[in-house]
Amino acid sequence: MDEEYDVIVLGTGLTECILSGLLSVEGKKVLHMDRNDYYGGDSASLNLTQLYRKFRGDQTPPSELGRDRDYAVDLIPKFIIASGELTKILVHTDVTRYLEFKQIAGSFVYRDGKISKVPSTEMEAVKSPLMGLFEKRRAKKFFEFLQNWKDEDPATHQGLNLDIDTMKTVYETFGLEPGTQDFIGHAMALYLDDDYITKPARRAYERIVLYTSSMARYGKSPYIYPLYGLGELPQAFARLSAIYGGTYMLDKRVDEIVTDTDGKFVGVRSGSETVKAKQVIGDPSYFGDHKESGKVRVVEDGKVIRAICILKHPIPGTDDADSVQIIIPQNQVQRRHDIYIAMVSSTHNVCAKDVYVAIVSTVVETDRPEQEITPGLQLLGPIYQKFVSVTPLYTPISDGKADDIFITRSYDATSHFETVVEDVQDVWKRIIGKDLVLKKREVEVGQ
Amino acid sequence: MSKQQLQFKLVLLGKKKDQYHRESAVGKSSLVLRFVKDQFDDYRESTIGGSFSLLRLSPRWTRLTLSTLTAAFLTQTVNLEDGTTVKFEIWDTAGQERYKSLAPMYYRNANCAVVVYDITQSASLEKARNWIRELQRQADPSIVIALCGNKSDLAARRQVTQEEAQKYAQEEGLMWAETSAKTGEGVTDIFTRIAKKLPTTAPPSSRGGAGRAGAAGDRKGVDLNKQQRSTSSGDQCNC
Repeated sequence: MDEEYDVIVLGTGLTECILSGLLSVEGKKVLHMDRNDYYGGDSASLNLTQLYRKFRGDQTPPSELGRDRDYAVDLIPKFIIASGELTKILVHTDVTRYLEFKQIAGSFVYRDGKISKVPSTEMEAVKSPLMGLFEKRRAKKFFEFLQNWKDEDPATHQGLNLDIDTMKTVYETFGLEPGTQDFIGHAMALYLDDDYITKPARRAYERIVLYTSSMARYGKSPYIYPLYGLGELPQAFARLSAIYGGTYMLDKRVDEIVTDTDGKFVGVRSGSETVKAKQVIGDPSYFGDHKESGKVRVVEDGKVIRAICILKHPIPGTDDADSVQIIIPQNQVQRRHDIYIAMVSSTHNVCAKDVYVAIVSTVVETDRPEQEITPGLQLLGPIYQKFVSVTPLYTPISDGKADDIFITRSYDATSHFETVVEDVQDVWKRIIGKDLVLKKREVEVGQ
Repeated sequence: MSKQQLQFKLVLLGKKKDQYHRESAVGKSSLVLRFVKDQFDDYRESTIGGSFSLLRLSPRWTRLTLSTLTAAFLTQTVNLEDGTTVKFEIWDTAGQERYKSLAPMYYRNANCAVVVYDITQSASLEKARNWIRELQRQADPSIVIALCGNKSDLAARRQVTQEEAQKYAQEEGLMWAETSAKTGEGVTDIFTRIAKKLPTTAPPSSRGGAGRAGAAGDRKGVDLNKQQRSTSSGDQCNC
């Protein structure tokens, strides 16, 4: 460890691994360390033994759950939007060659006490119980408006300005009912709360277009998912980094972030060794008020509750789908944030046959977080095992330019990876000083 | 009926060149280079993941070195006498094994493994045994493992006898051969023997042997590259 590096990366979560991969391709000399003996940090997928060790101490997994190695249980429930930013990075860096993807079978939304499929075709839309006949006509006009919108053609604007008019104004223009607004804003634009309604409609417009174009891509849902769990994603980017010279050290204690008298980053100490580098990137857990870093460089910005539930049956009311997302819009259960359910199964090689893994999550609003997710848990039917965590979300207190210490954000409560990619782009810009431009990998060998 | 074409994932393991003790490498990458390109480079640096001297020079230059090519994603096809074509998708460790940081992804769905030792270094056979134990623990039980004693051109400096290696291979049910990446001796032969031993039924999926029986569903996976290309022309793209 007596070499000097350009960048030391701490933690092998997805955000850090994407950065590490991109920096290595850029020609930077990267050392990537993790205190755990597995890849993925908070975005890892665990086998049964690891899962029980994390949540249940010494308790061993029941043998009826099947083989340990058949399991890859995600800690953070997220799906990949088919036309989203993560997909672009996967394709441009060519790490798709290390991964296989399958669709998520369906997307459901909760309304008036029961769940309905988010229509993925016009046929489904006509039959959907989500809207009455007249509301369907109004919604049709709304979607045609979005679809036909062209910035340069005022005739398509119907008197609205997406950069000035709020989403509220847009909804009102088409006379959409509050329930329909819930559906559009939460099940399609994937907003966690209603703050977007009073803001200019542009962003919501873009998110709805992203949703519909992703839905159009494979038909059943706008989401795809990697076989063997989300933990494959950081591993794939770590491999990219390694191929371009990145050095990997798992199971490595990080004892101190060493700085000079001006507070500028010098190196990372592990035991009696100190590795030097010009810059350090790390997930917030390496910079919090734990023993490791000394100085606190992150601040808590809310909490997320996640309940990993092992089921022996598909979720009722989903036509026995092998994988689903269910959104419970906040207004439906008198909350300020939506409740999400993400469920995958053996179809995605993440658990034994006839087992289903559902994660119920939301942003914590009270001091009794477990009670807050009850509406979600109730949709699951009998729960065989439940592993609950309440995790603080951290954000860095400085942009790192002054001290060369660049800290990523915790994985938030959104159901997808768009904010993760935003964080990658943000950190990249802070480190390199330029926007991240994706290029295709140059080396193409073999036939 | 057209002849059968099968694709398998092959992982490559062996003792890594030690950056402190300056011990020489067992020749994993050279072996693959001989197999895939029928080339040998005496002055080759160790695989890029294991050496930074390469990267310091210039990233552009390293992309052109054979080492990088080896570390990337190689494929090679073997035609068997019965008309079957076996395509190997070869995965290099890219140096991730050095600090015991090889990702589970590496072993995932590997159909075959070539574990390389150097016949002039007895310690490298010891290391090979460790890798084989690791494969038996982590990889699919049906994996075909070949133990490969490289550098047979340096027989004068031999430290590992053929008897010793062969006996061990027999006990563990491994294939065994001695090879020379330098002269090419035995290289095609061992890969052909592996090809013959692999199952000819139940063709694996596009990505090595990913279609594990019983676990995977019948729904086809999605190809991101395909969809990206077909739609990027129509999409408004800001790249």
